Amino acid sequence: MTINEIQKEIIEEFSVYEDWMDKYSYLIELGNDLKELDPKDKTDQYLIKGCQSRVWLVSDFAGGKITFRGESDAVIVKGLVALLLRVVSDRTPAEIIENELFFVDEIGLKQHLSPTRSNGLLAMIKQIRLYAVAYNRISEKEND
Amino acid sequence: MNFEVDKIRQDFPILHQQIYNRPLVYFDNAATTQRPKQVIDALNKTYTEYYGNIHRAAHFLADKATEAYEGTREKARNFINAETREQIIFTKGTTESINLAAFSFGEAFVQEGDEIIVSEMEHHSNIVPWQLMAARKGAKIVMLPIDNDGRLLIEMLEQLITKRTRLIAVAHVSNVLGTINPVKQIARIARNNGVRIFVDGAQAAPHLRIDVQDMDVDFYAFSAHKMYGPNGVGVLYGKTELLEQMPPYQGGGEMISEVKFSGTTYNELPYKFEAGTPNISGVIAFGAAIDYLRNTGIETVAAWEHELLSYATAALNQIPGLRIYGTQAEKSGVISFNVEGAHFFDLGTMLDKFGIAVRTGHHCADPLMDHFGIQGTVRASFAFYNTREEIDRFVDALKKVIAMF
Repeated sequence: MTINEIQKEIIEEFSVYEDWMDKYSYLIELGNDLKELDPKDKTDQYLIKGCQSRVWLVSDFAGGKITFRGESDAVIVKGLVALLLRVVSDRTPAEIIENELFFVDEIGLKQHLSPTRSNGLLAMIKQIRLYAVAYNRISEKEND
Repeated sequence: MNFEVDKIRQDFPILHQQIYNRPLVYFDNAATTQRPKQVIDALNKTYTEYYGNIHRAAHFLADKATEAYEGTREKARNFINAETREQIIFTKGTTESINLAAFSFGEAFVQEGDEIIVSEMEHHSNIVPWQLMAARKGAKIVMLPIDNDGRLLIEMLEQLITKRTRLIAVAHVSNVLGTINPVKQIARIARNNGVRIFVDGAQAAPHLRIDVQDMDVDFYAFSAHKMYGPNGVGVLYGKTELLEQMPPYQGGGEMISEVKFSGTTYNELPYKFEAGTPNISGVIAFGAAIDYLRNTGIETVAAWEHELLSYATAALNQIPGLRIYGTQAEKSGVISFNVEGAHFFDLGTMLDKFGIAVRTGHHCADPLMDHFGIQGTVRASFAFYNTREEIDRFVDALKKVIAMF
């Protein structure tokens, strides 16, 4: 599936929840199911500090694709991280650079993307793009 | 107590709405309060009837605006019992008041190697301006610590004061813990040692009777928006002898007496510190907020909020794994807490879905968070328009939310 197909799939999944409570219950479920990061990866090097919660984001680049792993100390944010990883992990840098991430807005969780005092989600998306740009350069050099 | 809270609530249009299909419970009053229709009307009236630029025009509208603007200065003077209106400087908020005081006090009185004592429970706004000034002047910031109940260790103050101490900066009421600090006692210690005292009154002004002469403090700052008034208005009170020796904070219109390229002379107090066109309508409507508080009676307000605090504290203490930060007897209507096994952000996000507005995070008090070894808290803070029924709804929702994690 392409990045956009997965985003549409997520929007579809959330569309069945009319009530905010159900929407967040699902997010909490996703958060609880997210595989925990190895404690050795939960260092300041990988920390994205928000005013509300902490997010750790680790990336690996192999075979032309970026794998992301992440976690947060807040479960709801962990749920958002899980969704985000589903969309962007195991993708080529070009795929990440070329596609807009529209699903967070579409599933009605836009409040988590406020640019200030937020929970680090916006910072995390920014970080994902920075990794993609950096890895893109590396692979371009390798192909030269 | 017999307090007609329903009647008060009638005056606050914003409170009567549904959030996510549930009645709004607004418990984020320490961040900002809501406004009564009297304040909203005053804002409206200013713009529709007598708006003009104050102090320097010879026409009717400007005169009327000036009169109303200066009327608020008198109300603010009376509200904190300052001696004269010249001691009341309008700013855009407590943060600007502190920046002004730190800058100008620093320029006048602080030398390299001098020290400023700042308490551990301060809001960043009462830390950073002093740090900026200290960096500029080569001075040092010394921390006055707290204990685990959220009490300032006043007994350490005499030890911390040295010959180089110039000022103590302290909050009247902590925005996180709710602790009411013994400002009068701290001021006495400061005075006995020839040290000045700056008090951040942002969290006190809406809830306590303020008497700057009785407390004998050198500076006192507060914000209109935390006391049912408009945004973008604050006050800095200062003792005349100090304000007179302090240079202006910003240059511009209003604050000058005469400008020549060879040099400028400054206007008299308080205008020396009010550069540029101020928030005219905001200041005028602030007068309506002060009237509203006075008419309700600050003692009545304090008693009602104390009742809400006790009621909420007792209910929250019944919840297993819930810890309240700030357990001093002398406490304002603020409850910060965490629940074992649940992140404050998760709790706050879900409470919102129950229509309940609380604050989560570090509340701009990182040193305090470090003291307790936490990343943040949930904070519920009350105003006189809150009710016991709202606390019931909040506690009930909180229990449901906790069960989700």
